[in-house]
Amino acid sequence: MTDNTAAAPRLESTTSGWSTRIRPGIALAWLVLALIAVAVLWPALLASHTSDEVDVVHAFSPPSADHLLGTDRLGRDVYARIVYGARISVTVGVGAMLLGLIPGAVLGVLAAAGGSRIVSRAVMLVADILIAFPGILLALLIAAVLGAGTVNMMLAIAFSTLPGFIRLARAQALVVRESDYVRIATTLGTRRAAVLVRHVFPNVLPPLLVMATVSIGTTIIAGSALGFLGLGPQAPTPEWGAMLAESRDFLDVAWWTAVFPGLALTLTVIAISVVGRDARHRIEGSPHAGR
Amino acid sequence: MTGKARWLAARLGNAVVVVFGVATASFLAVHLAPGDPVRTLLGPQALTGTVEQVRHELGYDQPLLTQYLRFLGSLLHGDLGTSYQLQEPVSRLILSQIGSTAQLAVAGFVLAMAVAVGLAIATSGRRPFWRRVSSLFELIATASPTFWTGIVLLTIFSFHLNLFPAAGAGLRGLVLPAVTLALSLVGVFTQMLRQGMEQALDQPFTLSARARGVGETSVRATHALRHALIPVVTLSGWVVGNLLGGAVVVETLFTRQGIGQIMAAAIASRDLPVVTGVTIVSAVIFIVVNLVVDVVYHLVDPRLRTEGRA
Repeated sequence: MTDNTAAAPRLESTTSGWSTRIRPGIALAWLVLALIAVAVLWPALLASHTSDEVDVVHAFSPPSADHLLGTDRLGRDVYARIVYGARISVTVGVGAMLLGLIPGAVLGVLAAAGGSRIVSRAVMLVADILIAFPGILLALLIAAVLGAGTVNMMLAIAFSTLPGFIRLARAQALVVRESDYVRIATTLGTRRAAVLVRHVFPNVLPPLLVMATVSIGTTIIAGSALGFLGLGPQAPTPEWGAMLAESRDFLDVAWWTAVFPGLALTLTVIAISVVGRDARHRIEGSPHAGR
Repeated sequence: MTGKARWLAARLGNAVVVVFGVATASFLAVHLAPGDPVRTLLGPQALTGTVEQVRHELGYDQPLLTQYLRFLGSLLHGDLGTSYQLQEPVSRLILSQIGSTAQLAVAGFVLAMAVAVGLAIATSGRRPFWRRVSSLFELIATASPTFWTGIVLLTIFSFHLNLFPAAGAGLRGLVLPAVTLALSLVGVFTQMLRQGMEQALDQPFTLSARARGVGETSVRATHALRHALIPVVTLSGWVVGNLLGGAVVVETLFTRQGIGQIMAAAIASRDLPVVTGVTIVSAVIFIVVNLVVDVVYHLVDPRLRTEGRA
């Protein structure tokens, strides 16, 4: 914080005060992500209670010094459940992103520069079909078929992120394919596979990684939505979406069981999207330069 | 003219292929998934004889290709199969519920648009403070999941202030679900409109309108807004996805009738014909909306016409 107030006057004099002005927001976002990382790796460092300590006598106690965010219907500490729940949400979000990104990148590059028209057509058709399932419905269909569970949830969401990655990878690879270094490599007789691996892939990756970062927010929300609809890990595993679903029946007596898990989810997604946007601006230049 | 006709034919053909692909993908998802759908339907305690009988009744004992062709054949007749749980044709089930969902979707969309237009007119090109307030709102609205905003609205307006019912039909019952759905769209709408407005306010036509003595509000609300609305049309696919996907969550949360509600119930009871039926119908709505928007856009915007001919 002090760092930013010190930097502000110096930059106010230049024309682009905007990009520096939002720095405290970016610092805050990184702080939130750091806390989430700790919650994922060492939840016990952040919470003194555990996620499954049942204490029925103190069910639905409002936020207090002992239970910072109150307790749920079984007297379990809401704060501890949120901290321990971070692991599932983040694992599902990141896992689904990777399961979409990796095949998406490979298929997209193959479609653009693989050298086979049939492969190219087939890949784009798959992308067109997958993208035609609106919003969360494809994930719901796949999760409904596979049944509830963390891994199934990841797979289901991965399918809905796949077409976006295919399209971006293809678009990017089409540009890279026409670049001088790829032409030179081809002219020099480098085999197509080697050109793809050594020259096309590395240059397709940066924008894909930015999209992947931003998409973690979406995949985390999708994961919690599936959890909310009962397709996530089974109780008593703490999962933010399932916690919200459980709280629905007690909104009149215990608002804290509903408000805080959602707040954790929203803050996580905001932090990811702030950091992702910042990364995008760094890669693509300042937000106003291109327009 | 022939170029335009050819473009139209290609675009239509693509839509048909994608609809066919969606149906095939849904079929494959159900039939190629690991596990026995009949076994999961009946539960682990079911007797082998019963399982075999149900398998036969549902046609699961036929070769996959036969099942697939039969599935496509029925689909062409608008037959989406029969619900396992309700023993009712899925198409009739969807028809009886889709009105309620349409009502919710339209209300949510109109609300989101109205707020976004208001915010964009008020904050575009204004002092940095107001723009930052607006972008903070956009960020929060976009990041908050529907099922959470809905719960927060329920807690405040139903359980603590008693202003709106937590569930139920009618206009009062529509308010909270529509607001919840609108919140999922409004962030992106505002962001896009504001960008378009700010671009439009720099254009010569704005300057000329101002020079003619048109007031600031009028310049924004008519001249600049019209310019800013065009790119929003390209969002239509995303909007339909958000409305239909959001309906599943919102209708469940507010125990409201609709195809989202039957989808959620079908998922819970593994009533796969209903799940695939709702998914296919939603995908077809999505494909048709995209097609219509694409065609209209093409006809309206002369800049795209030459591109289509090439």
